[in-house]
Amino acid sequence: MSNVVILCELKNGELVKQSLSAVKAGIDAAKATSGKSFLLVIGSGIDKAKEAAARFGADGVIAVDDASLAGYTAEAYASAAFEAIKTQSAGLVLATTSAFSKDLLPRLAVKLKAGMVSDILSIRTDGGKVSGFTRAMWAGSMIADVEASSEVVVATVRGTAFAHAEPVAAASPVTPVSVKIDQSTLRAKSLEIIEHKSSRPQLADASVVVSGGRGLKGPEGFKTIEQLADLFGAAIGASRAAVDAGWVPNDLQVGQTGKIVAPNLYIAVGISGAIQHLAGMKDSKTIVAINKDPDAPIFQIADYGLVADFAKAVPELVDEIKKVK
Amino acid sequence: MKILVTVKRVSDPEAKLKIKPDGSWIQTEGVKFVVNPFDEIAVEEALRIKEKQTGEVVVVSIGDKVVTEQIRAALAMGGDRGIFVNYTGAYDSYDIANILQKIVEQEKPDVIVLGKQAVDDDMGAAGFMLAELLGYPQAAFASKVEITDDKKKARVTREIDGGLEVKEVELPCIITADLRLNTPRYASLPNIMKAKQKPIKEVTVDALGVAVKPRVTVKKLTEPPKRKGGVKVESVQDLVTKLKNEAKVI
Repeated sequence: MSNVVILCELKNGELVKQSLSAVKAGIDAAKATSGKSFLLVIGSGIDKAKEAAARFGADGVIAVDDASLAGYTAEAYASAAFEAIKTQSAGLVLATTSAFSKDLLPRLAVKLKAGMVSDILSIRTDGGKVSGFTRAMWAGSMIADVEASSEVVVATVRGTAFAHAEPVAAASPVTPVSVKIDQSTLRAKSLEIIEHKSSRPQLADASVVVSGGRGLKGPEGFKTIEQLADLFGAAIGASRAAVDAGWVPNDLQVGQTGKIVAPNLYIAVGISGAIQHLAGMKDSKTIVAINKDPDAPIFQIADYGLVADFAKAVPELVDEIKKVK
Repeated sequence: MKILVTVKRVSDPEAKLKIKPDGSWIQTEGVKFVVNPFDEIAVEEALRIKEKQTGEVVVVSIGDKVVTEQIRAALAMGGDRGIFVNYTGAYDSYDIANILQKIVEQEKPDVIVLGKQAVDDDMGAAGFMLAELLGYPQAAFASKVEITDDKKKARVTREIDGGLEVKEVELPCIITADLRLNTPRYASLPNIMKAKQKPIKEVTVDALGVAVKPRVTVKKLTEPPKRKGGVKVESVQDLVTKLKNEAKVI
């Protein structure tokens, strides 16, 4: 029996929705092993996040709220998380996979002398203990059964593999842990955050994703698929080729080394379907592919494939959907 | 300035992989092996730092004797010398970090560059574990690296969710390379020939004083369920009808 700590990601002092996948995974794992679950929130001026974290039925919320943690660095947050986790006898520490957790959790794992498992798809419990995990390898072409022998295990959790935790009536008690980070010892400093502003939903949150690839031939091609995205309130995604060409910002990349999504509807336009791209979207519920090359590999996994030039097909599709919507 | 860069030998990302009959690992016979693509970017960045600052690029790899092929590939790009850690057993990210820590303590590089993840295990942990073991700052997922004029810091633009961050880290530091950091150079034929003469030092984990004890082990591989796709529609109208009536997504 050991406890589970789930590190939540915060943005502007508020809980990031994707964190709820790890929350669900962690609370379930704690229940299955008769342990306790604690949500950990770290930052400065984070009352909103504390309140939000208390609503999901965890046994407690641990809050590290200090002015010295106003800006995120892996160096500072790993120290803060370690001090907080020490107060519990945690056997498992989880966070939803993101740029934040991938940066932070390996450092934290070393502080805890823990084995680290990235981007898990499931947690197996046996006889009241966590006995293993599954995770994808080789761009999702293999699923690995993984065991960890260390007393503490740190894992990032694939957001699309777990449902979001649901709010409950009773609030979890919030326990503050006092941590002061001496910034002068960190040797690292965040100078600037350059946000890609967009009115569209985030890739991870969207129920519909419209993605473009090399076949769109340029940034103008993305203007065309945006009309399609507008109809659904969809997020825009991209293949690596489109991002490398500089047509869209890097954080729109869907694939093995970018974002992993599993929306209700994924529309791939002008994307050939390299394995690295498929790794990021093949768990989508319905997949539509539009490509003028009838042999494009994307058609092998698409539920509906349309062999056509996007410049003609997408405006037509927009008109037809408007008629029936 | 001394720059240490790591290269991992991985199966070609385009290779069609099969699982061994006992499910323990992939079949490696007939599979082409290459330098992990992110590590190639790391090597290129190490070379660019050296070209601006002068100094030395040291290339490290861990594994069977065959990984010296990947060290040679990095030396052919322009690396100065190699360190081959001869170890053939099982390992996890923590073990790699432990081994690299010993190398760093011996070599004392100013900058350590690694790929942000290996495309075989997709773990992406060893670099930051190394940073923590050494107590070094880290700049993860770099898309631009500048060494400051006083050569005491690196200013790194890094890819984060929803945009970019500019982070400043004091040297010595760990940097992990993302896709957009650079385009790796091709090794020219003369440089490939020259690389054959460059020194590669062989060391063992015992000599380094590292006891490899993986905390995380792969027990079994399976193939994910295949998606049933491949249905083509005739026209845009046909597509819309199916999306509305069959898939019920409109």
